[in-house]
Parts: sequence; C-alpha cells; structure tokens
Amino acid sequence: MPQILFRIWRGDRHGGQFRDYQVEIGEGMVVLDAIHQLQATQAPDLACRWNCKAGKCGSCAAEVNGIPRLMCMTRISDFPPDQPIIVEPMQTFPLIKDLVTDVSWNYQVKQRIAPFRPRPPDAPDGTWRMSQADIDRVQEFRKCIECFLCQDVCHVLRDHHKHEEFIGPRFFVHTAALEMHPLDTENRIAALKRDFHIGYCNITKCCTKVCPEQITITDNAIIPLKERVVDEFYDPVLKLIQLVFRPRRSSSVPAPSSSPHPQSAPTLSSASATTSAPVSPSSP
Amino acid sequence: MASFPLPLQPARSFGQTHRQDRWWLQPLSVLVGLTLFVVYATWAALQGEYYTYGPYLSPFYSPELWGRSEHAWWGPVPSWWPAWLPYSPAILILWAPAGFRLTCYYYRGAYYKAFWADPPNCAVGEPRHGYIGENGWPLRIMNIHRYFLYLAILFIFILAYDALKAYRFADGFGIGVGSLVLTVNVILLAGYTFGCHSLRHLVGGRRDNLRTARWCSGLYRGCSALNRRHMLWAWISLFSVMFADLYVRLCAMGIWKDWRLL
Repeated sequence: MPQILFRIWRGDRHGGQFRDYQVEIGEGMVVLDAIHQLQATQAPDLACRWNCKAGKCGSCAAEVNGIPRLMCMTRISDFPPDQPIIVEPMQTFPLIKDLVTDVSWNYQVKQRIAPFRPRPPDAPDGTWRMSQADIDRVQEFRKCIECFLCQDVCHVLRDHHKHEEFIGPRFFVHTAALEMHPLDTENRIAALKRDFHIGYCNITKCCTKVCPEQITITDNAIIPLKERVVDEFYDPVLKLIQLVFRPRRSSSVPAPSSSPHPQSAPTLSSASATTSAPVSPSSP
Repeated sequence: MASFPLPLQPARSFGQTHRQDRWWLQPLSVLVGLTLFVVYATWAALQGEYYTYGPYLSPFYSPELWGRSEHAWWGPVPSWWPAWLPYSPAILILWAPAGFRLTCYYYRGAYYKAFWADPPNCAVGEPRHGYIGENGWPLRIMNIHRYFLYLAILFIFILAYDALKAYRFADGFGIGVGSLVLTVNVILLAGYTFGCHSLRHLVGGRRDNLRTARWCSGLYRGCSALNRRHMLWAWISLFSVMFADLYVRLCAMGIWKDWRLL
C-alpha cells in the first residue's frame, strides 16, 4: 500500500513540535482515518477529538495544510502524494494537547447573546403562525454544527486575539438566526455594535470559505446584521423617515425586559422547526 | 471554562502559513485588476476630450453636466470654473460611482486583503498586530455605502438613457457596435448595482416578516439572486465600463472604426 508522510503537531500549551509519521493509505481514506491509524500503530498518546466521522458533529476540526477543515471530511487523495500533509490544531483557541483545543470560550460567548423571545401567541390555543418564506432565511443558519472552523479562520480572533470584544462569525450567525426570526421580539442591534463589535469584521469571507455546511455566513448573516446596525446608528435619513411615516418596530410587541426570559417561552428550535404550522410553547 | 486572558498561541508573522496552495494569487489578481482600473479611470477622467463619438457618450463622462459636446445637460463649461484648473466633465460626477465601489461590501473585503494585507489571505499571517477594522474611524465611514447606492441607482437610469440614445444616429435609428457596447455595459452595471447588499437589505432584508409585504418579498428575492454572484457582477461591470470608455475613446480618436450593423 502507498505511504504518505504526515507532519503532525505534538505538544501542549507549554510547547511542542511537528513530528513526521509515515502512514499506509487505502482507497477513500480521510485525514481522520490516518490519525486513527497512527493512534493504533505508532502514536497511542496522540490526542484528537472526534465523534461522528460524518461531518455532522464538528468535533474533529483542525488545520490541514494550513486550512481549517473537518478531518473526517478531508480526503487524503485531494493532496499530492509526494508532499507531507501537515495537521495541526486550531490556532484561535488555547491548546490542550496535540490536536485538541479548548473551545469553551465559545460557550461563554453564546451565553452573552440574548436568547429567543417570541411575541405573544397568535392563536387562542397559545400557538403561533409563520410563513415558510419567512423561515427559509433563518433555516440556513440552523445548519451550523458548531465546529468553530469559522472562528478559527477569522483573523480578528486568530491574528488579533480580540476574544474579549469580538464574538466571531459563528455567533453572528447565531444572532442573525435570532434577529431575523419572524417571532422574535428581542433587539440585539445595540449589543452587536457596542458589546460584540461587529465593526471589527472586515468582510474577508474566510468564514464562508471554510464552513463545512456551506452556510453563506458573510453575505447572509454578517452583512445583513451590519446593515441593521447602519439602520440603527448610521442612517439619519432612514431614522427620520421611520419617525415620520411608520411606527417603530417594537411598538406592536411588549417592551423587552432586561431580566432573563420566561421559562415557558419556546426555544428557537421548537418554534422554527414547525414552520407553516401552529407552534406550541410546550413543543419539544 | 476559559478565563481571560486566554492562553493563546502567538500570532503568526507576516505571510507565515502552512497553506500549500498559491494563496497569494487571489490578492495579487485583485491588486493588479483594481490598480489597472484606477490608473486607467484616472487618466481617462482627466483627459476631458475624446469621450463622445456620434450618439455615443463614454460612461465615465455621463451625465455630462457641463461640457463642449452635444450631450451636455446645461451647456458649456460654466464661467465660475477656475481658469487655472483644467476642466473635465468626468471629475464632476465620477466620485459617485467611485464611492459606491469603494464602500461596496465585496470590494472592501477584496482590497483589505490585496492592498492592506489585513489579512493577506485566509489563515495567512498579517504584517500588523494592532487592529481597528471598521469598528472605528476612518473605516467606520464605510457605513455610508447605502447613500452611494442611491446615487448609483440614479446613474443606472442615466446610463440606460445614454444606451437608448446610442441607437439614434444622425440618419435615424441604427445599431452600431458601440450601441451594443453601451447597452451591455449598462446591463452589467445594473446587475452589479441591483445585487448590492445594502439594496437587498433595504428592499426586504430588514424585515423579519416578508409575507406581510409581497412586493418586498419579490424585490428581496430578485436582489438575492443577483447578490449570489455579486463578485462576478462587480468584476465584469468594472471591466465593461472601462472597455466602453476605451471603445468610445478609440472611435473618437479615429483609431477604431465603429461598425454599423443596421
């Protein structure tokens, strides 16, 4: 069987180096297969996070030949056989060991984003009505598997380490899914500007390029959110027109409260998963 | 849970990457393409002559507010124009389409990479450690894009009128190669302008309930369809407008002959 040279990062946050391994390659193998073969034969202590091997859990995110990818979805045959395949951990997060990084920062970020808060039910039985057209737009964002490859490639985090100020593309997608939801009444636009610093994004579209779910992150999530920020903070003419000709967006719904949202409110998934149909607060 | 400051790996130095592909090719192509256009457009705009040929008017000079040609809206060069300052009708109007492209979301991403290496390309090390992005001045000014959009839409209608006039020759209706060049040019410019991210937002994207306004829904779908190929529209319209000017200019200079098809 042909052999390919793998150059894999070995080490922890205190230091490390690339080590070379020859791996026997079979037909249809992906990079994660090679890593597993290495663990079984040459490097039993090689740390690697994985789960589904089907590109749906996002666990095996790493950088292969310098590009953030899911190892389970990266075919070895895509690379020239005479050159080493370089595998290293994601650069944007603290390293734990070898190919495993600590992505818990992302979960902290998510907690800072105001959750889904629906308008009062449309029907007496406590359900809502939505049109499929309104839901189609946010359905794309719900494909996200939280592999955090987009966070890894974003240069604001990767090169400028703005983790304390900037939430990154994954959470702009999350915020867009909430903001554009036809039932949601929360307003996150001020937070996008002041707390999440969406202005740091300079639209290089790297997040879109690495997304394994082909979510059009920049065009469909980040730029629309930037435009909503412009509506709110940088367009005096539009504000004037809105002031004169139409009531404000939030006037038809109860004023947002600063407290955590009621336990009885449906989650984003329960509401949007049942489009064109009544949505019950108690639906799973 | 992570605690700040995060024990992150140090940022890579300028150009450092493990990418094996020719990552430099894309920003280099953008740099060459945009530089070529800016140099040509500046040169052409400052010429002040050879911008009309028969019914054709170069898109760089349209609308010709004041000027020597029959296309001028308000007559010859105004008396208040300083005598020491060379006059060209293009410099009065080109700031609008230039501003539209300068603040365009696609071009911003492209020229931040190509001209500022911020970043040079995805997952490639940067030359600077400090970063403000569009979060502060001066780049916060990019939020003005939608105002340039309004002007760009106005220009589309003006250029469409010019394209229609390009079929009205001295001897009546006719079709020349120049007529087709100007028509294709305005179609490509419209494809770029009407696929603008800001327009997509303004016509419907800003609403959470599109079903309540069906015309918004239709416009939003139309804009979105064009927006999916916004980069392509941006480049082909950039070169078409340059070619349209070049075509009119070379015909006016007598270097090219404008073929009458009808």
